[in-house]
Amino acid sequence: MEPLDAFRREVVAWLEDNCPRSQREPAGPEELYQGGSKGCFSSQDARTWFERMREKGWTVPDWPREYGGGGLSPGQAKVLKTEMKRLGCRPPLATGQGIAMLGPALFEYGSEQQKREHLPRIARGEVRWCQGYSEPGAGSDLANIQCRAEDKGDHFVVNGTKLWTSNADRADWIFCLVRTDPKAAKQAGISFLLIDMRQNGIEVRPIELISGESDFCQVFFENARAEKHNLLGDLNRGWTVAKRLLQHERTLMSQLSEIAVGPKFSPGEVARRYLSLENGVLTNSGLREQLVRYEMDAMALALSNQKAFEESGQGRLDPNSTSFFKYYATELDKRRGELKLALMGTQGLGWSGPGFDSDELMEPRTWAFSKALTIAGGSSEVQLNVIAKRVLDLPE
Amino acid sequence: MKHLVPSDEHIMLQDSARQFLQANCPVSAFRHLRDNSVSPCYSRQHWKQICDLGWSGIILPEEYGGLDFGYVGLGAIMKESGRTLLASPLFASVCLGAQYLLRAGSDTQKRDILPSVVCGDTCLALAIEEGPHHDPLATLFTAQPDGGNFVLNGTKTFVVDGQCANYFLVVARTSGKPGDAKGLSVFLVDIDRKGVERKQLHLLDARDYSSVDFDNVIVGEDDLVGSMNDAWRYLEPTLDAARILLAAEMLGGICECFERTVEYLRDREQFGVKIGSFQALRHRAAHLFAEIELCKAVVDTGLAALDGAPGSISVLASLAKARLNDIALLATNEAVQMHGGIGVTDELDIGLFLKRARVAIQILGDSSYHRDRFGRLNGY
Repeated sequence: MEPLDAFRREVVAWLEDNCPRSQREPAGPEELYQGGSKGCFSSQDARTWFERMREKGWTVPDWPREYGGGGLSPGQAKVLKTEMKRLGCRPPLATGQGIAMLGPALFEYGSEQQKREHLPRIARGEVRWCQGYSEPGAGSDLANIQCRAEDKGDHFVVNGTKLWTSNADRADWIFCLVRTDPKAAKQAGISFLLIDMRQNGIEVRPIELISGESDFCQVFFENARAEKHNLLGDLNRGWTVAKRLLQHERTLMSQLSEIAVGPKFSPGEVARRYLSLENGVLTNSGLREQLVRYEMDAMALALSNQKAFEESGQGRLDPNSTSFFKYYATELDKRRGELKLALMGTQGLGWSGPGFDSDELMEPRTWAFSKALTIAGGSSEVQLNVIAKRVLDLPE
Repeated sequence: MKHLVPSDEHIMLQDSARQFLQANCPVSAFRHLRDNSVSPCYSRQHWKQICDLGWSGIILPEEYGGLDFGYVGLGAIMKESGRTLLASPLFASVCLGAQYLLRAGSDTQKRDILPSVVCGDTCLALAIEEGPHHDPLATLFTAQPDGGNFVLNGTKTFVVDGQCANYFLVVARTSGKPGDAKGLSVFLVDIDRKGVERKQLHLLDARDYSSVDFDNVIVGEDDLVGSMNDAWRYLEPTLDAARILLAAEMLGGICECFERTVEYLRDREQFGVKIGSFQALRHRAAHLFAEIELCKAVVDTGLAALDGAPGSISVLASLAKARLNDIALLATNEAVQMHGGIGVTDELDIGLFLKRARVAIQILGDSSYHRDRFGRLNGY
């Protein structure tokens, strides 16, 4: 018998006892608890569920216990994830930039003091983080950042702006790439700084996207203050941390369709709802072919994820494969958006008001937002560049 | 449980297969067979060596001389055989023929035939196709009961390794109408039986194919393999396993083609720089890399499922065949294009992979067949 079987039984029994019924229904976009000082619970059940999971450390199951995690092995964490998915349990705390990106970077580069200060507050949902990477002049050319941090002895003073900062208006802290040596070559003068956003020198403006939502913001720094001990990694060596963190970001983005809340119907279900069938076969052969092509590629990608997981043995992807997963998964997310609109026909075009149910109204917005996925976190073209250079070893 | 990580034994098997094939049957050996019009197009000496290595018995139980080492093992060999374009009866005789016999045959049939397949003295070929598109349920070929016998009439085409076969496994309709799964039966027919006439088909991959006419061929009840009218029960899983194994061979060919192409991008200079520095080519190569990674996962999951790992084998087989068909097409076309002028010469091996891919794509179902099947299996 496998050693995980006993753990699996234990997990299932605990989830059955502790996950409220209402938290086993698919969540709408505003229903997941995001944590931080501005986070709020959509219901008392959501709070109960979060608190119970937090007590077990299962908001971040594979983090060590001393940093607020559950201390589970990768295999155990996978069992928990699988069983939660099978029972339909919502994530008690959404997987944001703190859990998926800064956390792993802190484990790798943080001092003991930094880990003790920041990790438990992420695990307990007390602090919500955002990522200050892109700027108006630094998109795909990320190392071109201009936001400056000046050394003032015991602290830095930060001036500049960050763009496309996801959920900055709801975050408490920001991890930032800042230029600390303007004279050094591009990548050499960058440092990685953790900045408390609750101060006067920082202003956040949400940006309305084509989806009608404002997930992205612009952040302005005007003589903002950052403490010296909140420098992650060495001074002027922030690019190393940044690149490593980008790999975590790619992993996060390649799993979006798994962890994000989206329309609850799969393309196959949508097809059966909006198109006619004859003997179990869709009569619209053109759309049917598109659907099958999509479903086959989605299944192949899921199997590839499984293979990578089994091969890694650590529950973490080979750094070189993150670009391929990010590229393929987000391109596929975009295809799913287009496919579902096509399958729904005019019923997939509703923006608001009567004539459409709430699931239908979500589709065009999800479709529109999916366009951002192959741009954010390194565009598809950037990922292909990384594969060509790092994996295929092609000359430059 | 890890199903997709090869065990040490499987890694050793694949390594030794690679060493053997690259030393003894490299692509140049296949080219030699083709250029000298060897018929049927394989080396008897190499086939004998391969059987001595035990590859012909990998999926068969020890009581028939096999190794009982499973489909993951045979898949590892198929992958390597795709890399060197090995022409041998391995697919037709073992992956299809012996596998069907193992599933459907009587004890006597298995005892009489399988040990001889394992040692290479007997070759089997599945005579299933009747038209230009794979469609086993459309079978029209008739087997008319006559006393205790059956009279076979009809033509089978695209019989893989038909020229080197000693026996055909012939799919016939004994009842029902085209489209019905019920009513199919399979007969074991000696090639020397009166009324059997085979013609060699010369296809673009220069391998062994036949068209076979059956004119009032009389066979006995003993020659029925699997129960009358109910062969689909064994035939469908046989075809699915063979599709996954063929996909493994195709994966080997795709990987070889891709690696050779990437090597060319690193070496070839134009405009004073390596052509692999051009983004137009880098992006296409990187995209192809991603598609091939997915191919590996699909093939390995299919092989693991054949050895008992979870998953619907029918779904996985159609997924594997459709994806490997599509990416074989893409990878071989990209290989030719990225090699430029030399890519369209017969001198370069890429053309051999290109041609092999086009035939493999048609064997046991093209992508449109498998997409349709995948859709039906999923209820759309």
